[in-house]
Amino acid sequence: MSIYLNKDSKIIVQGMTGGMGSKHTTLMLDAGSQIVGGVNARKAGTTVELGGKDLPVFGNVKEAMAETGADVSVVFVPPAFTKDACIEAIDAGIGLLVVITEGVPVQDTAEVWSYLQGKSTRMIGPNCPGIITPEESLAGITPHTIAGKGPVGLVSKSGTLTYQMMFELKDFGFSTAIGIGGDPIVGTTHIDALEAFENDPETKAIVMIGEIGGDAEERAAAYIKDHVTKPVVGYVAGFTAPEGKTMGHAGAIVSGSSGTAQAKKEALEAAGVKVGKTPSETAALMREILQAL
Amino acid sequence: MEYQAKELFAKHGVAGALGKTVETPEDARAAAEEIGGVVVVKAQVKAGGRGKAGGVKVAKSPEEAEEAARAILALEIKGLPVNRVLVVPGASIEEEYYFSFLLDRSNRSYLCIASVEGGVEIEEVAKTNPDAVKQIAIDPGTGVDEAKAREIATEAAFPEPVFEQAVTMIQQLWNVFVEEDATLVEVNPLARLTGDKLEALDGKVSLDENAEFRHEDHKAFEIREEADPLEAKAKDKGLNYVKLDGEVGIIGNGAGLVMSTLDVVAYAGEAHGGVKPANFLDIGGGANAQVMADGLDVIIHDAQVKSVFVNVFGGITACDEVANGIKGALEILGDEATKPLVVRLDGNNVEEGRRILNELDHPLVTQVDTMDGAADKAAELAHQA
Repeated sequence: MSIYLNKDSKIIVQGMTGGMGSKHTTLMLDAGSQIVGGVNARKAGTTVELGGKDLPVFGNVKEAMAETGADVSVVFVPPAFTKDACIEAIDAGIGLLVVITEGVPVQDTAEVWSYLQGKSTRMIGPNCPGIITPEESLAGITPHTIAGKGPVGLVSKSGTLTYQMMFELKDFGFSTAIGIGGDPIVGTTHIDALEAFENDPETKAIVMIGEIGGDAEERAAAYIKDHVTKPVVGYVAGFTAPEGKTMGHAGAIVSGSSGTAQAKKEALEAAGVKVGKTPSETAALMREILQAL
Repeated sequence: MEYQAKELFAKHGVAGALGKTVETPEDARAAAEEIGGVVVVKAQVKAGGRGKAGGVKVAKSPEEAEEAARAILALEIKGLPVNRVLVVPGASIEEEYYFSFLLDRSNRSYLCIASVEGGVEIEEVAKTNPDAVKQIAIDPGTGVDEAKAREIATEAAFPEPVFEQAVTMIQQLWNVFVEEDATLVEVNPLARLTGDKLEALDGKVSLDENAEFRHEDHKAFEIREEADPLEAKAKDKGLNYVKLDGEVGIIGNGAGLVMSTLDVVAYAGEAHGGVKPANFLDIGGGANAQVMADGLDVIIHDAQVKSVFVNVFGGITACDEVANGIKGALEILGDEATKPLVVRLDGNNVEEGRRILNELDHPLVTQVDTMDGAADKAAELAHQA
């Protein structure tokens, strides 16, 4: 078991023929993902050879799904076209939409999120590393070589902190690791992932990585208190970030007294979550929990 | 800043005097003469609380305007120098209101906040009389048309004499919000002037940097002279850099990891004379020699920096590429590289990366295998220097 993605997932790539798209399609194939094709209206009907496999290119997502039975799409198209690519995939009824693209205008994401309401699609991202169920499937850009399968569920706003944490706990392994992205509006939240991990029998403990900005961590803390029975260990980045300056992620900005790392840490601790001061201390806390299981 | 917000308001037809933005007391006098009558001279800085800091003065004559500008241009408001003032016609205010459209992160939607009670002190009103501050959700899919604007104006209870003007202005402010890709459009105060005229007297607009590609004209809003010179240099090189007040220069890959690195260095600094991280610098996924050289170039020219911590986790990037990047950067910089470098590499191809740096055997470079250990070493070196 795992969450959202497994060995049976059939993946198409929107933007597969571009630089990022082709590079990461190859890496996803290396990770064992079932990539069944790509979408590019201008190259419909052709095939592209990636990772030793001939992949068909379709004119649109609907056609790709009809031909291949795809239920996951990974989006690598440039920011200016991301909104349209997402709406096309939602209209086609894709089950899981993983938006890797960085730099999407937040109003575009807001419109996509509004459009998605009441429809069957789960969106992850934008501006995220995607999702990996080790040894089964990768829909995104997380290196599949860091860690194997295991009992830890991981949800994080940050890509490289996801990799760092997987590396620190590689001897235990992961059920699924999901990077939800650091933008002000994202499709899948910490809470969504916590709920899914709570319901996943393979996941025994959860690591939650947050960062400054917004109130997603505080809301997750409230959710954990009421709904999560599995042990959760947390980490929050950005204790030393000054007020009013954006720290790389569009969402990582402290405004006024809200959204500080300290406030998030306190909220998580009040919900019974052990919070590490550094990634390695966080990994050590998880290690103790896993050894006691 | 206010005058820039007003330019955007004017572009979309929002009622309110644009005024004149000037940089000297003499020009303020000329502006006051041109406008005629009573004027208000207002400091233009990116900070709230300008009025309380003495940054807003009423002037009854051009001479008074010159004096007011001279006093205001000598101020520092919340640490920011005042380099320009806005001169606007004095308005006789009957009532002050508050109005804004903003991104609502928690609900992944937009929000309109409106209050007909008190303008400037909106935070105070929100505390003492929360019912007077109306919050109206806006669906990003449907936006604000005339009917929605009417609903907002009704909910906010704009008084009858200015109600229709409010309905019009709400639509215009919505156009500012969506057409300019803003994350905040705020009018405070929105004023009812004598003669029941509704005007935006002061405003603030925050624009989404991600949307710059479809707003060529927004580039004009950047005021380079006020940006930190190192930040300006980094921006020219396309680097994601923020200057902080500390001694340990930081280079890393990925926003989250770099933020985490700042924290780890600050903790380590506690044991080494309280040294702190000097900057945020995310070199992103493709850490090639040129990007590494550009990053090091910016950081070593920060006079405060005593040591540099390069913290890279090889995810998509391989550590050998990063190691070669550091090697190449040191070659490019040559004699300019004078500060000790602590390098921590981990992840993809780490053995090869570490081997390249060991072989390089550069006197400035120290390798430490863990993030915490490397942070400690970098803090120690900064403290000793």
